[in-house]
Amino acid sequence: MAAALQAIFGPRIPSEELATHRWRYLTPAFLLTLARVLLLVSIFVPYWAMELRAPQYPDGLHVQAYINRLTGDVTEIDGLNHYIGMRPLNDAAKLERTVSITMLIALVLLVEGAIYVHSKWTVLLTLPSILFPPVFLLDLYFWLNQFGQHLDPKAPLSNAIKPFTPPVLGTGTIGQFHTHASAGLGWWLAAAASVLTIAGLVFHRRAFKPLYDAASAARPGPVVPAEE
Amino acid sequence: MTAKHLVWGACLLVPGLLVGCGGGDSNSGGEDSSSAAKPTSGGGGAAPYAALQTVAQERGLTPDDLVAAAKTFQPSGRHDDYLMFASDGHGGQMLVIGVPSMRILRVIGVFTPEPWQGWGYGAGQDVLDEGKINGKDITWGDTHHPALSETAGDYDGQFCFINDKANARLAVIDLRDFETKQIVKNPLSLSDHGGAMVTPNTDYIIEGGQYGHPLGWDYAPMEEYVSKYRGMVTLWKFDRDSGRIDQSKSFALELPPYWQDLFDAGKLVSDGWIFGNSFNTELAADGGESGTPPYEAGASQRDNDYMHVINLRKAEALYRAGKAEIIKGFPVLSIQTLVDEGVLYFVPEPKSPHGVDVSPDGAYMVVSGKLDPHVTVYSFDKIQKTIAAKNWEPDQFGVPVLDFDSCVEAQIEVGLGPLHTQFDNQGYAYTSLFLEPAVARWTMGGPLGAKNPEPDWTLVGKVPVQYNVGHICAAEGDTVSPDGKYLVSMNKWAIDRFTPVGPLVPQNFQLVDIADTGDTMKVIYDMPVGMGEPHYAQMIKADKLKPWKVYPEVGWSPETQSVRLDAAQKGKERVERNGTTVDVYMTAVRSHFTPEYVEAVEGDHIRWHITNIERAYDATHGFAVPAYNINLSLEPGEAQVIEFVADRSGTYPFYCSEFCSALHLEMMGYFLVKPAE
Repeated sequence: MAAALQAIFGPRIPSEELATHRWRYLTPAFLLTLARVLLLVSIFVPYWAMELRAPQYPDGLHVQAYINRLTGDVTEIDGLNHYIGMRPLNDAAKLERTVSITMLIALVLLVEGAIYVHSKWTVLLTLPSILFPPVFLLDLYFWLNQFGQHLDPKAPLSNAIKPFTPPVLGTGTIGQFHTHASAGLGWWLAAAASVLTIAGLVFHRRAFKPLYDAASAARPGPVVPAEE
Repeated sequence: MTAKHLVWGACLLVPGLLVGCGGGDSNSGGEDSSSAAKPTSGGGGAAPYAALQTVAQERGLTPDDLVAAAKTFQPSGRHDDYLMFASDGHGGQMLVIGVPSMRILRVIGVFTPEPWQGWGYGAGQDVLDEGKINGKDITWGDTHHPALSETAGDYDGQFCFINDKANARLAVIDLRDFETKQIVKNPLSLSDHGGAMVTPNTDYIIEGGQYGHPLGWDYAPMEEYVSKYRGMVTLWKFDRDSGRIDQSKSFALELPPYWQDLFDAGKLVSDGWIFGNSFNTELAADGGESGTPPYEAGASQRDNDYMHVINLRKAEALYRAGKAEIIKGFPVLSIQTLVDEGVLYFVPEPKSPHGVDVSPDGAYMVVSGKLDPHVTVYSFDKIQKTIAAKNWEPDQFGVPVLDFDSCVEAQIEVGLGPLHTQFDNQGYAYTSLFLEPAVARWTMGGPLGAKNPEPDWTLVGKVPVQYNVGHICAAEGDTVSPDGKYLVSMNKWAIDRFTPVGPLVPQNFQLVDIADTGDTMKVIYDMPVGMGEPHYAQMIKADKLKPWKVYPEVGWSPETQSVRLDAAQKGKERVERNGTTVDVYMTAVRSHFTPEYVEAVEGDHIRWHITNIERAYDATHGFAVPAYNINLSLEPGEAQVIEFVADRSGTYPFYCSEFCSALHLEMMGYFLVKPAE
């Protein structure tokens, strides 16, 4: 059991080694910490935004998606959407929005944990946060598709507006509205966190692989399956 | 699959997305559509000017006409620099007009029911009811003088007040939503030409009476004119926080029955004083019935009438000290008290004046006797010195009449029939000349006079106006800092100015360009007003106003400027019956009412709670119930509760009366009233 734990956590850094090659070991920790901060900050800024423009709305209509809520002209957009039979926006991604804050904090904690793990398990701990930005967009696509393709056939304008999938990113046209969707600052922060995490992993491997290999060679008994 | 693969896979995936999103971002369609939405003006070059020349030739326009058009034309979507709040006379409403385009932007329902706004047809009834006289509905007014609220003598864009000369009532309009919030009926008077004017911080709204009658208008025969008939000026205390006149802190001054005309508040050096004039010091009283001349002549026999000089601070202190007597439940300081305490003074003025206007620096009071070709300028400083020197003779009511010569600063011959005076930012004053008809420009003295090249107190020039000008309104022209630039001449007669529309002819508002110095004023626009006879107007820089686009919250009551507790709410629509009382909770949103049908029994008392739950600018819904005389205008967020008895059985299709959306015609429902058993 202890051996298995040791295999997961990997070797500790000998203090004289840390003293001589301080930055070798601190760089991955620093990058992963920065990634965690960016992820945390992203909670407070929109991940995605859509602007709708029509002659009757000279200032446009705007909706912003945070990881846990929608802001902007949601009521007005819902009001317009009822003509084409689209469900209210707040009916979408209810589960995701409910768990999003807890989940994001869990991602941050996993990355924090990754700093103390000096084995290839580190990769597993960081993988969720690395994949989070694309997964966010995929989920968004799922809901936009779900809502756009399942319009109430009894809606007033159901003859005029056929089911459609609003673009996740970029421009589209619905009736007299031109839409433009783009990733928000929050998403870019999460994406930057992904990049920093990957960079952190590279430095992490560079720092701890030699220690890990040395420890594996020195340890008697069964060893973890070897790398190729 | 190993961890290493995953790492490199993620490395590829994330930058790939970054590039993809970056591309999408720069390929924005939003900017394109926004520029397309705004009309773009044509480019320069010779071609447009050739087209202009062709149009000018075809339509017979002079270069001056083209310049006037260029100064007043507003391309689509461009907003006016100024808003002018004008009375519409016996229309009983207020007009809001954009300057320089001279387009009517709003009619505000005030004393007269106005169906577009639902004013008196389900909304505003409580306010209109405040204007009842002894329980009788008075469904019109003769609006005369709008007064914008002031802070330190300058318009602050928060409120506008207006009087009803016909019935001595005063209304308060809130400029957040441009709706009337309060009507007060003066319990002493039936006639209030001398309102509304405000003191420099809008502490008081001045309402001067006009035709003398016993205070409270009880019967008194004409023989008792001198002993029983009286004039008055009322000081209504305005409470800015509640946006209402506080009647419990308001009081009046009893005045001789001289037919007080107009008032103005002092400002800066003359702050704390108010000034008025009068036109029947003859006390002409029986209108020719016993061989005396009719009023038009009887009230014009003496060479002088009296400017009224009133120490408001002293009057306020006397009222607070309990020196007022109560007449018709209202505190009144008697003439005797005013004389004893040194509150009221008269100064002779050329006879039959129509206007007393305080200069921007507060140092001068300008009076025009309409039968005298001069404007008479009094010095506040000289008036104070004359009072201190007790250089006066009492009139028959014991009021000190100050020596004319020791109060006058200047008299300027401006022309025939001078009436009202306004001011600009270049030290000029402007006086309307009813008989010529024209607007005269003349120079002020003192520090203001130094702002223009001409000598002080001289006539500079005139511009003819068409025709018979009454009031004039210069941009912020009665404040401590007038803007100049524009002046509107409010002409009573239009005669040949517009295409004939029968014997009743519109009034003519003429916009005058007063931007340059010297004898350069030009009429640059004629605006017909075909819904009443406007009197005075005030013009405020548009950016001083901060009107709401939609009501701040859904369920808003414009009458209280707060959320109604009994407002219908989204998701809680219902019909509730309690005995014979039926409460309908209904919401309106594009393009349906909820619920869409309501059933009642003949004789039921209906309380119809209806809320427009829209949040979009301009998404107004109407609510019209045929045969029940109901029509509402519900602006986004607005909630109303209409109470009526369903006294006629039948099937009543109700509908949205404001074209709201593509499915507006479908926005309807049925009100079914079953016959009683």
